[in-house]
Amino acid sequence: MKRLLTEARLVLIGIPVAIWTLLPIYHMFLFSISTKEEAFSGELWPAHPTLRNFGIVFREQNYFLNHFWRQFANSLLIAVAVGAITLVVAAGAAFSISRLRTRGGRLVLNCALFTYFIPAAFLAVPMYKAMGTYGLLNTQWALILAMVTIASPYAIWVLKQASDKLPWELDEAARIDGASPLQLFRLVYLPLIAPSLVAVGTYALLLAWNEYLYAFLLLSNDKDITLPVALGHFLSADDSPWELLMTTGLIYALPPAAIYYAFKRYMVTGLTAGAVKS
Amino acid sequence: MSTVALPGVEAATADGGPRRRLSPWQAWGLALLAPYVAVFLVFVLYPVGYGLWLARHPQSYVQLFADPVFAGSVVNTLIFVVVGINLKMAAALFLSGFFVTARPWIRWLSVLFILPWAVPSIPTILSIRFMLNPEWGVVNQVIFRLTGADGPNWLNDRWIALSMAMLVHIWKSLPFWTMILIAGRLAIPGELYEAASVDGASVWQRFRFITWPSLSTLYLTSAILSMIWTLGDFNSVYLLTGGGPADLTHVLATLGIRYLRLDQVDLAMATIVCALPLVLPLVYFMMKRLSR
Repeated sequence: MKRLLTEARLVLIGIPVAIWTLLPIYHMFLFSISTKEEAFSGELWPAHPTLRNFGIVFREQNYFLNHFWRQFANSLLIAVAVGAITLVVAAGAAFSISRLRTRGGRLVLNCALFTYFIPAAFLAVPMYKAMGTYGLLNTQWALILAMVTIASPYAIWVLKQASDKLPWELDEAARIDGASPLQLFRLVYLPLIAPSLVAVGTYALLLAWNEYLYAFLLLSNDKDITLPVALGHFLSADDSPWELLMTTGLIYALPPAAIYYAFKRYMVTGLTAGAVKS
Repeated sequence: MSTVALPGVEAATADGGPRRRLSPWQAWGLALLAPYVAVFLVFVLYPVGYGLWLARHPQSYVQLFADPVFAGSVVNTLIFVVVGINLKMAAALFLSGFFVTARPWIRWLSVLFILPWAVPSIPTILSIRFMLNPEWGVVNQVIFRLTGADGPNWLNDRWIALSMAMLVHIWKSLPFWTMILIAGRLAIPGELYEAASVDGASVWQRFRFITWPSLSTLYLTSAILSMIWTLGDFNSVYLLTGGGPADLTHVLATLGIRYLRLDQVDLAMATIVCALPLVLPLVYFMMKRLSR
């Protein structure tokens, strides 16, 4: 009897949690399989579910979707570039600070941590001005470099934590065998921290794919913008095709969700450990 | 880049003696560190310095304080942070206890529960925005069907709109903090709970004397970090309400961007400078904590 009561209590918590979590996502899905009339009717399931919206998006048959594939490619390209550049920058810095004990490493690490803790929305204003000074405004390099700036501090921190755990004897053995620093880096260090590299690379990639604010500030040409900025443009009209907006949003949301679940193993152990140390 | 790497190399080779053997290692160390140092100097230090220089005029602050939108934003920011953080962290603490309960269906639910964190915020916030549409949104249509009365105009009232923005923020970030606290709870040795149940401790006593003492440091750190991130939350407010109605729901993060879009960079930077007394102590606390 007492056991039954416990189960009932758990279910009573579980159901609201499931509804709370899924409602906005279900609502998005519902719009994507509804015609405009049915989407606006407030029904919880359309009478005639249809995939027509997806056809319209994929064939770019709407004013707001004129450059859908181009913008999809922009998002992808920028995310991959940010992931790759962040990995190179952060792996080098973490190796240098943690394994080579480079002088000034501590200071650089503190600078990185400081950057990590400054809210990105506050850094956006000076970053925007600086990009203007550098003549990078409205180029995709501006967004790539801005996102590398935001992603690399945390990447360095996570990789440094992982590096500190490697046994020091490895480095000594490599040095005695006459390995060069670069050989130690490539042949010993990188393979050993590979799981953290996966976590950090995924983190940077997702951060760039998901970013709205910087993309919306730094890019303006319809052919250069990324998908989230294009989604924001839908709001500029009073009679926006919300069913198409939600369809595009769903397509845009699927890749990061899939990547997240595919790499969850690495993400949870690699990132949560670094995020908050008690 | 080279300006950072070269002095070290020269110093090491010029020294000679025992240091000379170390120099390739030192040189590589500096070379591998250089890309990040360059990123930091070019995209953090220079912009921040330039930004602070732009914010030097006292006139900007006079103008800023005279703008009623600014005073409103400060109030909104404080409410958003204080109420938002406490609601979110209390919920995360409670739900982490729920999710560590060993049941197969709870494991499945925890996989779904991560979704708001795993999907990008733009489409889901826009989805919520339409759900709250007074005429066509599903929320008011359900209210109408159940009660026959019209629901409120959710995003057209300052306090309701701000509360909704807060809920959006909580919806998005609750999974992350719950995950962190789950990890914290799983690190507590199971024997403590076994001993407690032998002694006949109640649920509350187990929480009060075992869970909370082990979790409190993590909880505090999480709350501080979450506070910093909440101060910088642009999306939840901007994409839900756009700062409206009549610029009444702005927070400092969206207000800075609003001035920037209006081409008033001085005011944008002044807004950020005004947020620094709130942000910097928290940043200092976090850096202390992580540098230990």
